[in-house]
Amino acid sequence: MRIKVQSADFDPQTEIAQMHSGAAAGAEVTFIGLVREHSDNSQILALHIEHYPGMTERELERIGAEAAARFGILDALIIHRYGPLQPTDRIVQVSVWSQHRAAAFDACRYLIDALKTRAPFWKREITPAGERWVTDCPGCRTGQAHLHG
Amino acid sequence: MIKIRLFASLRENLGLSELELPASDAHTCVADVWAAVQAHCNASLNQSHVLAAVNMTYANMDALVQDGDEIAFFPPVTGG
Repeated sequence: MRIKVQSADFDPQTEIAQMHSGAAAGAEVTFIGLVREHSDNSQILALHIEHYPGMTERELERIGAEAAARFGILDALIIHRYGPLQPTDRIVQVSVWSQHRAAAFDACRYLIDALKTRAPFWKREITPAGERWVTDCPGCRTGQAHLHG
Repeated sequence: MIKIRLFASLRENLGLSELELPASDAHTCVADVWAAVQAHCNASLNQSHVLAAVNMTYANMDALVQDGDEIAFFPPVTGG
């Protein structure tokens, strides 16, 4: 399993090519998270992501290990950026390899959902009206309960 | 010594990103450390939306704290 926390942009296919899923993988699922151009009726001019160096990597490794144990996947890759970003930029990639597709889809969903409620990143939006911290995740409101006490 | 780190809006509200305190009987759990941070910053923030980590692992407010620990306080995360 590979975890990367970095400020630089990444190319998903290059990152996938560097993984060695082996002949056993029959399925590969990738999720890419992007910076949106609008949020809560405001135009997003830029996004800045803060993180807790060290804990981001550790928490992503913990989440990856949980997914491996729970879904029996062959391998996983998580890349998450921090620092200044622009609309349409890639923020995060989650790629999963498994023998069959069900585990790959399920594990990928689990990884991104868990990442969004546990990995210590914080987004700050720069809008025409000023700057503000993102405080909520619309998708999370409807889904995952908080996974930590 | 215990090292305290603050992130995001919590750092901005308290005006502090890092603090070191001597380990003592007054700081035996995470809640004690939070109270010490509040006192240091002359603040009294609502604790209900504050998350804590001890040595980069999520911890509850009643988790024990030892000399040499790093304790971080931060708002709900918004990555991904």
